[in-house]
Amino acid sequence: MFRRIVFAAVLGGLVAGGIASAVQAVRAVPLILQAEVYEEAAEAAKPHDPAASADHQHEADAWVPDDGWERTSFTVLFNVLAGIGFGLLIAAGMALSGRGGWKVGLGWGLAGYASFVLAPALGLPPELPGTESAPLIARQLWWVATAGATAAGLALILIRRGALAIALGLALLVLPHAVGAPQPAEHGGAAPVALAREFILIVLITGLIFWIALGAFTGAIYRRLATT
Amino acid sequence: MSTGQTLAAPSVALKAEAARGPALAAAFLGLVLVFGVGFAGPSVIHNAAHDARHIHAFPCH
Repeated sequence: MFRRIVFAAVLGGLVAGGIASAVQAVRAVPLILQAEVYEEAAEAAKPHDPAASADHQHEADAWVPDDGWERTSFTVLFNVLAGIGFGLLIAAGMALSGRGGWKVGLGWGLAGYASFVLAPALGLPPELPGTESAPLIARQLWWVATAGATAAGLALILIRRGALAIALGLALLVLPHAVGAPQPAEHGGAAPVALAREFILIVLITGLIFWIALGAFTGAIYRRLATT
Repeated sequence: MSTGQTLAAPSVALKAEAARGPALAAAFLGLVLVFGVGFAGPSVIHNAAHDARHIHAFPCH
């Protein structure tokens, strides 16, 4: 069973990560590269603050992939790894529920998209490099809590059902947004607003493609492996 | 693992029971991978995963 789950997740992750990488290379990565030009220009224009430059120095010392094929390869690699990771969650859910197939997988994929993309993006919209934001650790905690609460809420509503489960599930869906995501002291960024808006839209669309492909392929492969 | 398949018609509950251990192990592995891609702290991992993090809307920087 473990091998079946892993096999379905690896294949689903490869397909979804590959498809998403192709779409992103055309639509999302160019926006990141454009934003970095603005970010570097803004950095260069800033008066030198010793604390900030120490921080920058630290970042500059670390290895960074070269622009071009090296950077692209790492993006593809991490897209696939994310696909395998999320695919493992989907295939594990299929094993627990005893149901596979591409249609069931599509449902898991859409639930994953709602939990890991839409709900966190409501409070923390996808950001281009150089965007003003609250401290990283606070945003990461809110992101994880929101994704977890949304996934648990959807599971209560769609799988557990029953009046109490649905009420509790709805509360879990709303709670992170009632608490609110950590926000920066002032909004803004180095890149123009139009670029930032386009990036949000592209991330939401590529995310949907990624999750649909991941759910459907993982589900289809998971079911096929039952007969072999 | 495959013992469930040799039974004529294992109940859904039985199947789910047998699947629980491997499924939880796989889910844990999945979470570790997702955290590695999205949240791992070291600069090297951050820099390599940078564009993927932005595109998956993980908090970055």
